[in-house]
Amino acid sequence: MPKDTGIGAAPKRREDVRFLTGTGQYSDDISLVNQASAVFARSNVANGVIKSIDTTAAAAMPGVLAIFTGEDFVEVGGNPAGWLINSRDGEPMKEPKRPVLAHGKVRHVGDAYAAVIAETVEQAKDAVEAIEADIEELPAVINMKDALAGSNYVHDEIETNQCFDWGWIEDNRAATDEAIKNAHHVTTLDLVNNRLVPNAMEPRCSMANYNAAMNEYTLYTTSQNPHLTRLLISAFVLGIPENKLTVIAPDVGGGFGSKIYHYGEEALVLAAAKKLKRPVKWTSDRTEAFLTDAHGRDHVTTIELAMDKEGNFLAFRTETMANVGAYLSNFSTATPTFLHGTLMAGNYTVPLVYVNVKAVFTNTAPVDAYRGAGRPEATYSIERVIDKAAREIGMDPIELRRKNFVKPDQYPFGSAAGLEYDSGNYDALMDKMEDVADLAGFDARRAASEAKGLLRGRGVNAYIEACGIAPSNLVGILGSRVGLYDASTVRVNATGNISVMVGAHSHGQGHETAFPQIVAELLGVDAASVDIVHGDTSKIPFGMGTYGSRSLAVCGSAIVRATEKIIVKAKKIAAHMLEITDSEVEFNDGVFSAVGTNKTVSFGDVALKAYIPHDFPIDAIEPGLEETAFYDPANFTYPSGAYCCEVEVDPETGKVTVERMTAVDDFGNIVNPMIVTGQVHGGLGQGIGQALLENTVYDETGQLLNASYMDYTMPRADDLPFYAVDHSQGTACTHNPLGVKGCGEAGAIGSPPTVVNAVIDALQSGGNNVTHIDMPVSPLNVWTAIQNA
Amino acid sequence: MTKVTMTVNGKAVSGTVEGRTLLTSFLREDLHLTGTHVGCDTSQCGACVVHVNGKAVKSCTMFAIEADGAEVSTIEGQANEDGSLNAIQAAFQEHHGLQCGFCTPGMVMTAASLLKENPKPTVDEVRNHLEGNLCRCTGYHNIIKAIMAASGQDVSAIAAE
Repeated sequence: MPKDTGIGAAPKRREDVRFLTGTGQYSDDISLVNQASAVFARSNVANGVIKSIDTTAAAAMPGVLAIFTGEDFVEVGGNPAGWLINSRDGEPMKEPKRPVLAHGKVRHVGDAYAAVIAETVEQAKDAVEAIEADIEELPAVINMKDALAGSNYVHDEIETNQCFDWGWIEDNRAATDEAIKNAHHVTTLDLVNNRLVPNAMEPRCSMANYNAAMNEYTLYTTSQNPHLTRLLISAFVLGIPENKLTVIAPDVGGGFGSKIYHYGEEALVLAAAKKLKRPVKWTSDRTEAFLTDAHGRDHVTTIELAMDKEGNFLAFRTETMANVGAYLSNFSTATPTFLHGTLMAGNYTVPLVYVNVKAVFTNTAPVDAYRGAGRPEATYSIERVIDKAAREIGMDPIELRRKNFVKPDQYPFGSAAGLEYDSGNYDALMDKMEDVADLAGFDARRAASEAKGLLRGRGVNAYIEACGIAPSNLVGILGSRVGLYDASTVRVNATGNISVMVGAHSHGQGHETAFPQIVAELLGVDAASVDIVHGDTSKIPFGMGTYGSRSLAVCGSAIVRATEKIIVKAKKIAAHMLEITDSEVEFNDGVFSAVGTNKTVSFGDVALKAYIPHDFPIDAIEPGLEETAFYDPANFTYPSGAYCCEVEVDPETGKVTVERMTAVDDFGNIVNPMIVTGQVHGGLGQGIGQALLENTVYDETGQLLNASYMDYTMPRADDLPFYAVDHSQGTACTHNPLGVKGCGEAGAIGSPPTVVNAVIDALQSGGNNVTHIDMPVSPLNVWTAIQNA
Repeated sequence: MTKVTMTVNGKAVSGTVEGRTLLTSFLREDLHLTGTHVGCDTSQCGACVVHVNGKAVKSCTMFAIEADGAEVSTIEGQANEDGSLNAIQAAFQEHHGLQCGFCTPGMVMTAASLLKENPKPTVDEVRNHLEGNLCRCTGYHNIIKAIMAASGQDVSAIAAE
């Protein structure tokens, strides 16, 4: 096997060539003959009753082909939540209908109540302006605390604005309360996990085509999981049979969670294409993206950590309000619950964990999984309160963490939050971090900063996350309406090259390069002869898509299983060719040999024979060489890491500069270290963005105040440092065939508390009694904290 | 409607546009040069950067009629004559300076413009010059590294992994 293309090698990405030459095919790059354009009429009030919509004038505008309103979709279904969560008292969550277009009420700024289809996008935009909508504005429900207490409702039938009141682990509630009551020391921290807009650089785009002769639909759309989108449209929304709907997600320009979900625009263009018998395309502009892409985070939390007098953790207790926005997006109920509460034991042997999450409807855009999805919220709460606790009891923050770490001989470890961690070595990660981050040199660097009149701080963090979602039986128990396996078909063509159909979707992760490395390793062929096929439901068997750092752990494992089946079949063919029994065939480095002889056949010979089976014993061997596997994991995977951040703070202005950022992660085995490093970089960029720059601001009337790049502070090149990334301390996952854990979200999970811990450390070093600043730790927030200290 | 004529990637082209047609739209919709991307509507993201008469321009900020008679280069015209990647493109691939690829055309065009003006920029100069180009995937680390490498400078001190 060529060692430069197998597992552990770092071949350059093959997809880069088309992206670098402008020949990628993103959804909006695809145009079909006779295509029309859709533009949406969107609410400019956050909460309102739709009294009437008069489309007469708009319909008479040049180029207008059709106008849709909510009335047109009353008879079809709604876009569902994927997870059913029960409240502590056993009551099912409240799940209001999420229609294709708003009907009766609009519930957030940007909520679409009509759509115009016209010959050109400009004509459609002009016609949208001519729609006369009489919408009676109601007071908006924005602040979560007010929402739970108040008398205005997002959904008239949900009088508390509460989706659910969830407890985890409910049986431990009383014991946790007791432990906190009797503890030697309790540290309490109120914090906000700031609301973020995912901001994939490619705005969403959906184009539908309808073939009347065949009654078949094709949807080109910016999706991280085309099969899931098809399933939702077919089973819940429009009822188009799955075998009449092809969903194609071509090159997709980033997702970060926001393109997991099915959105109403996809259903609208499908309905419009059928009505007009023409292709219909909609492309979001950036303002629409800010207003309608599912946002992330938005938790308001109180966390308490109870310790004994030696600093041993006794209990974590967390109360959280989680904003779900105006409607339930597909993963929105899982994110603050099972992707958050189950991680609330962190990397620690703490015996008791109790988490209470109240999910709250507000007149804002839906909130759902964004890079990390629940785990950043868990990590931020845990790692901030530990830092505060260390300061309160006068213990070094690294020592306090180490004292409570799960130790390598404790795996498999049942955490107090209900998960079974399979592997890890948190002390080794911390050791490595101390080395890579050069903690020994910190005092000298701090002195140098102070000589410049700046404060220097150091923050550390240890995180664990649950990735590779996940075992279908477990997520089923936890309320998931779907299974979370993945699938792959490995097709060896007659001439020996290989197509691998995968259910995962690549929108930046480099699957086209990394996945062939697996097949090349197993079959002993050159990775260049292996191609990945993804993003088209008509070409791939099935798949739950890419999110939750699951592609390699779940879909990669399906590739392994399918390839193993190929080897079994190929051995049978080789045995026939070598005139020996199956058990006498050995397969190494792409060559089949007869044990104890020098007789061999190559992989290519076997592939050709599979398709030209003139002399096959047809009752024993089928022609062809193609195998499919569905892989359902036995457990989540548990990446973990130790991070360090050093900041400089200008006490005069409050400006924070990240001087050093170190990420040491345990991702288990690594297939392509170059890609893994890039994934960590991206997560760090987003995590530092959350910590220092980004925030999503609605005013009390529900207007989104920063719905553009003029106003929302995206991290730019001059805001971010170079990163030091290490993944040498991997401990292999014990339950998937690759021993991999997932790397896509780690940086965004580990970095926000690390940065904030560093800022607090810097301020404390300057004698400022500041114990917490909510993110984003902007110059204004830092300066204000200093003034108030 | 107005007729416009310009040279795009060395070829003379013409078309009929509305006064409000942006150069981006003309390139993408009329010339089918879809490598120039639209990532925002406020001239902030830089995914649409092309060169007009040798200068980097956000093509979403310019009307097509303003480019009448101009020399325009886009990402589609950047590869070497034999089709191989040019030095900047090759450095982006070599140093993993792209992930989803959506911002990449604008990054490459902006980098080309920088290196033309400043063939040996410092890291800070590269970061400052990219102020108008947003990337959400890479955290910029490898983009900076790729541009430094494309300028012929030693990047071994910038951590790879």
